[in-house]
Amino acid sequence: MAKITINNLRHSYMPEPKRDEDFALKRVHLDWADGGAYALLGPSGCGKTTLLNLISGLLHPSEGKILFDGRDVSNETPERRNIAQVFQFPVIYDTMTVYDNLAFPLRNRKVDEAEIKKRVTAIAAMLELTATLSKRASGLTADGKQKISLGRGLVRSDVNVIMFDEPLTVIDPHLKWQLRSKLKELQHRIKRTMIYVTHDQTEALTFADQVVVMNNGEIVQTGTPIELFEKPKHIFVGHFIGSPGMNVMPCVIKGGKAFVNGHEVAADNAASSNGSSRLELGIRPEFVTFAEKGLPVNVVKVSDIGRYRVVDTRLGENSVKLIVPEGAAIPEGKAHLAFDKAHTQIYSDGWLAGEAR
Amino acid sequence: MSKRFLVPIVYIIFLMLPIYWLVNMSFKTTNEIINRFSLYPHEFTLDSYRTIFTDPSWYGAYINSITYVALNTVLSVALALPAAYAFSRYRFLGDKHLFFWLLSNRMAPPAVFVLPFIQLYSSVGLFDTPLAVAFAHMLFNIPLAVWILEGFMSGVPKELDETAYVDGYSFPKFFVKIFIPTISAGIGVAAFFCFMFSWVEMLLAKNLTSVAAKPIVAAMTKTSSASGYELGLLAAAGVLTLIPGAIVVYFVRNYIAKGFALGRV
Amino acid sequence: MNKTFNNKAWWMVLPVFLVVAFNALIPLMTVVNYSVQETFGNNEFFWSGTTWFQQLLENDQIMDSLGRQIIFTALALFIQIPLGLAIALCMPRKGPWVSVCLVLMALPLLVPWNVVGSMWNIMALPDIGLLGRGINALGIPYNYTRDPVAAWFTVVLMDVWHWTSLVVLLCYAGLVSIPDAYYQAAKIDGARPWAVFRYIQLPKLKHVLTIAILLRFMDSFMIYTEVIVLTGGGPGSATKFLSIDLVQKALGGFDLGPAAAFSIVYFLIILLASWLFYTLMMRNEAN
Repeated sequence: MAKITINNLRHSYMPEPKRDEDFALKRVHLDWADGGAYALLGPSGCGKTTLLNLISGLLHPSEGKILFDGRDVSNETPERRNIAQVFQFPVIYDTMTVYDNLAFPLRNRKVDEAEIKKRVTAIAAMLELTATLSKRASGLTADGKQKISLGRGLVRSDVNVIMFDEPLTVIDPHLKWQLRSKLKELQHRIKRTMIYVTHDQTEALTFADQVVVMNNGEIVQTGTPIELFEKPKHIFVGHFIGSPGMNVMPCVIKGGKAFVNGHEVAADNAASSNGSSRLELGIRPEFVTFAEKGLPVNVVKVSDIGRYRVVDTRLGENSVKLIVPEGAAIPEGKAHLAFDKAHTQIYSDGWLAGEAR
Repeated sequence: MSKRFLVPIVYIIFLMLPIYWLVNMSFKTTNEIINRFSLYPHEFTLDSYRTIFTDPSWYGAYINSITYVALNTVLSVALALPAAYAFSRYRFLGDKHLFFWLLSNRMAPPAVFVLPFIQLYSSVGLFDTPLAVAFAHMLFNIPLAVWILEGFMSGVPKELDETAYVDGYSFPKFFVKIFIPTISAGIGVAAFFCFMFSWVEMLLAKNLTSVAAKPIVAAMTKTSSASGYELGLLAAAGVLTLIPGAIVVYFVRNYIAKGFALGRV
Repeated sequence: MNKTFNNKAWWMVLPVFLVVAFNALIPLMTVVNYSVQETFGNNEFFWSGTTWFQQLLENDQIMDSLGRQIIFTALALFIQIPLGLAIALCMPRKGPWVSVCLVLMALPLLVPWNVVGSMWNIMALPDIGLLGRGINALGIPYNYTRDPVAAWFTVVLMDVWHWTSLVVLLCYAGLVSIPDAYYQAAKIDGARPWAVFRYIQLPKLKHVLTIAILLRFMDSFMIYTEVIVLTGGGPGSATKFLSIDLVQKALGGFDLGPAAAFSIVYFLIILLASWLFYTLMMRNEAN
């Protein structure tokens, strides 16, 4: 187990990267405590898998360092780093039994058979694989195979970190939830550092204590699920997390006050934004309500999502969505909206105004 | 470069040596071939090639070979296409047995068929025509083409067919306009294999022809006595038979790996 | 894939069926016919029962050919399969050299079989051939037209030259289809190269290796042209294999009955061996 420090890490797949765009990973700093559950979240091609492979040692960084407990491992092999990884598609050794699959990493490390037996039995019980131990691994279902991949990481007591690369991709929807809770439970029980890469916000937010949101090879925000939801540091995070995503509309600041479409809107950080750059105002649909007076809008569409409804309105050119609980009245045509000031933020050039990046 | 690449490099050198020696011989004069051992032609000459390109019994044989190979390839693939489609999309009475029976023909030694084929094709008046050889080779090539094409077609989802029918395509129009372009790689691979077998086979090609349709493989046997006088000519004729193969393999180079696994890997 | 049951599909298979049936059934019927009859010319035939088949078993010459054939096929398989696999394992997986390698390797497969024979004939000539001259220069007496050992060595080497590429290409196709994740997982699990080969590559290559062994078995068991051009079955009958023997009997001797019986047994041996091998491989799979 180890504390992971990532220092000024850059990576490019080209032999001689010059411009910023040549880098798949632009410049990344991270500090991860021992025993935590972390998620790397972002759309396809954002660099999250690159970062994962750099940590596991399948790739070596172009620049920067990776430290495990302060020891520089940037150029070490995956084996020396002592990590485990579960891949998108289950990797099992077809010709071996489930038992032999789980024992494989230990046998390669010359652990004695009695010790192997003890650990494999314990891990199999934890993963509910005991009944299948003597069966051929190739006969198992996708979720069983994925458990074996995970098990091969868990049997090693000295693993620094276990990494998951979109591990639920090939799992049936009704089993996804089961396997996810199993993972979370295991994380609590054995307290290993785990890193979970996904593009699915639900998976990331339910698994991790800390989520790292990435876009275009950069880290956009690191925080707990609540922080990401309540105070997105970048409009990308606002869009990417939450359903529907955050409302974003252009605004102007005059005398420390924000105006949208000529109407004044109270914002949490209006005073700290300077007027020189592209300014936008962001608020999540959860914090918008209908009111007697306020911003005048036209209601254009109501979608019923079950427990609540999503109402789409127009404020001038801008779309503003809000969430209305079941049973509450929805006005037709013209209406007024109120924004919750504590959750209304100004973004300057996409980034939360007044915050250090 | 890693040391293990030495293995394929050494292997390729081993493959190229006899080919080089053949090319080397083909540019030597008879005098040089008989009287000295030399690693490259000291008296470079194109005489052997000139003979082949001016003597009708030589270049005619090339034309005969190419005729039956082309006929065989086109016919085999054309007939195999609908059959492979049927095997990949439908179940029908006796389908599995039929498939295995077809494949079992690939296991028949050509030597077994020589005599009966001579009798059969004589009785229908095809003996000593390119068509006879083309038909005879179809016994081996059709099963192979069906097998390869079936492998590729099974990789095409059935939804493609269904979508086309929903869009109002008739079966023949769908097959020609949509399906065939989709599996063009498979057709290329199947044609490559048909070409390959038909081009390299000699036993049947030689025995089903006598004068008029004599193929290059038979024309060469007249010099294969290795008497030294004809070695240059034999080498030149051999070099010329490598060219069609080299051209064809160049065209399918990106599909070779997949093709040799018959689309099933 | 779910296939629908439709007997109309027969119409699509019909042309193939007719052509192959014409080519396969009529000749086979002819052969079966001859194999149980005696003829003295003039198209007169007499029933002879299993006489020819019994003679076949007592014919030492044919039994010798069969013995040589089995040794040759065994040698071909034992050399070419491991060698082809080893070469495929050493090949680069990506990059511009892959195509070049594959094209060069495929070349011997496209050489007409008699040219393969001629090529090695020229190559192995003791006085002016690169191979023959080379071996003699090393002080080893080598003359494939006189010495049976030299003849066997040349024939086997020629077959290795001719067909190992087929095994390489098949194995290579199997290797490139193994996803990277398997190699990465093995690295993480601390597997040594041998373990990677034994537990990842070999199991994934099982199918292509089955095809390779089947094809190599069948083709080496039917070998005719290359050998007839290179050694003519000689010296003596040192390299006379089954097909050479059969063609001599069928075309040379006009012993139609014995040749036909020979043909049937020959074909059946190949069918049976292929079927046995295939069934064993597939049963293994099921367990």
